[in-house]
Amino acid sequence: MIELANIKKIYETKRGKLTAVDGVDLSINDGDIFGIIGYSGAGKSTLVRMFNGLEKPTSGDVTINGSKISALKGKALRSKRQKIGMIFQHFNLLWSRTVLENVLLPLEIAGVPKKEQKSKAQELIRLVGLEGREEAYPSQLSGGQKQRVGIARALANEPTLLLCDEATSALDPQTTDEVLDLLVDINQKLKLTIIIITHEMHVIRKICNRVAVMESGKVVEEGHVIDIFKKPQQEITKRFIRQDTNPDSEDTDVALSQLLTEYPEGKLIHLTFHGEQTNQPVLSRIIRQYPVELNVIQGSIQQAKEDSIGSLYVQITGDNDVIEQAIQQIKNMDVEVEVINDVTV
Amino acid sequence: MMLQFNVLAASILSQYTDFEEIDWNKMWEATKETLFMTVGSVIIVFILGLAIGLILYETSNQHSLAANITYRVVSILVNVFRSIPFIILIVLLIPVTKQLLDTMVGPKAALPALIVSSAPFYARLVETGFREIDKGVVEAVESMGANKWQVIFKVLIPESLPSIAAGITTTTISLVGFTAMAAVIGAGGLGNMAYLDGFQRNKPAVTLAATVIILIIVFLIQGIGDRIVRRVDKR
Repeated sequence: MIELANIKKIYETKRGKLTAVDGVDLSINDGDIFGIIGYSGAGKSTLVRMFNGLEKPTSGDVTINGSKISALKGKALRSKRQKIGMIFQHFNLLWSRTVLENVLLPLEIAGVPKKEQKSKAQELIRLVGLEGREEAYPSQLSGGQKQRVGIARALANEPTLLLCDEATSALDPQTTDEVLDLLVDINQKLKLTIIIITHEMHVIRKICNRVAVMESGKVVEEGHVIDIFKKPQQEITKRFIRQDTNPDSEDTDVALSQLLTEYPEGKLIHLTFHGEQTNQPVLSRIIRQYPVELNVIQGSIQQAKEDSIGSLYVQITGDNDVIEQAIQQIKNMDVEVEVINDVTV
Repeated sequence: MMLQFNVLAASILSQYTDFEEIDWNKMWEATKETLFMTVGSVIIVFILGLAIGLILYETSNQHSLAANITYRVVSILVNVFRSIPFIILIVLLIPVTKQLLDTMVGPKAALPALIVSSAPFYARLVETGFREIDKGVVEAVESMGANKWQVIFKVLIPESLPSIAAGITTTTISLVGFTAMAAVIGAGGLGNMAYLDGFQRNKPAVTLAATVIILIIVFLIQGIGDRIVRRVDKR
């Protein structure tokens, strides 16, 4: 169990005070893959560094399994850090060391007996699928392979928590998915908690079970990933989801705003399906029941870790009262409906 | 006209090639003295430079007042000693050398000035080398629970080894140059040969031979240095 209680981080800069993290409360269960999403400057990188004491909160407490990380110093903090792995956007491997030597480094630091070091490191290299590359230098590896070394290195001292700071942001989509699969694999095999910082909703959807959305130092929304995808509350959350479900959301935005001006009488609605409902013929039922016209503008289905999520943009025309009834009927079928009144392009 | 020029050139050339004039035993002694001064000072410059470079790196951009003051003081000292022309520094340090080594002539007497002039220069190169290391790598190793010494010996030094090696090569070569100047305090060596035997006794061949030997020494140092840099650089 990891708890953040009223975390604040204020930096003194030449231009005055800068609040990077502004009163964050979170609790993360053991075994969670917990995502923290936000745009750059939202304070998420500062926040993730508080879990291993690389940053100290100005006020508030970080507690991991009952021990207050934020109050630890010196040797006590360093020995706690050995049980918290961390991986980075730019991998941060030592170029002067081979793959094997990079994985050995945390073991050397922890003072693991020499004899055990090598077999442990080799076991980890196997776990991340890099056997045969032990003697390669980082400069000879691809980005995905480098991150695998980073993961092996982070797991060396059998941590209970793994921190991922934009760990896939420097990777191409294919490699990103491979690394994410590896993280899920590790989460299940080693039963460790993973905290992921990212600006990509895709990462959250693929592997997280819970998510917190950060904006200007605050957590503005938090919950189970499926719930957040189903019913996003905040504008920023909707934006993240839209970017993920429609990679070409800008095109959709243009199409929507055109339709809004061309057909002021109709209504534009955004339907969000999940789980079972993705298999239901919702639209055809509506057309049969109500005298309305439906015009599908854009649709997609995304696979989340625990469920699938469908997204559909539809123009609905007809008598206003009937439209209202139809929308109500869709809602009754347990599909989320959002009426779009204006689009910010 | 042409003939005159040829005769002149031949006479100059003959002065330079009058190898009979050279006392090779003395030349060998002088070579050994130059090597002694260079190697002796380089060893100490290397250790001192690393230490000062480390102090500069560790105390720069820190919030604590003590670190700030340390950085300022060390930085000013480094800049001052780096800026004093060697020929002046060696004379300036004569009383110190006398106290320290109980002598003011001979190759040993040149060591304090050689070290004081080069260690600050090398310290700056080391500091720059440390600064070029990706901060993220240091952070990653700190996140593993490394202490300061582990960061220094497992990250800072190994990751800046190419700069450290290239820096000591440059420093060594400039030290060879300085040893030649140390002749003014009677430190011996090839500079001494070139000046006293070659110039003052009017034997240009001696000067030429001393020059060639110094060039060979410099090229050897450069060659070895380059090899080491290539060897350790796995980027």
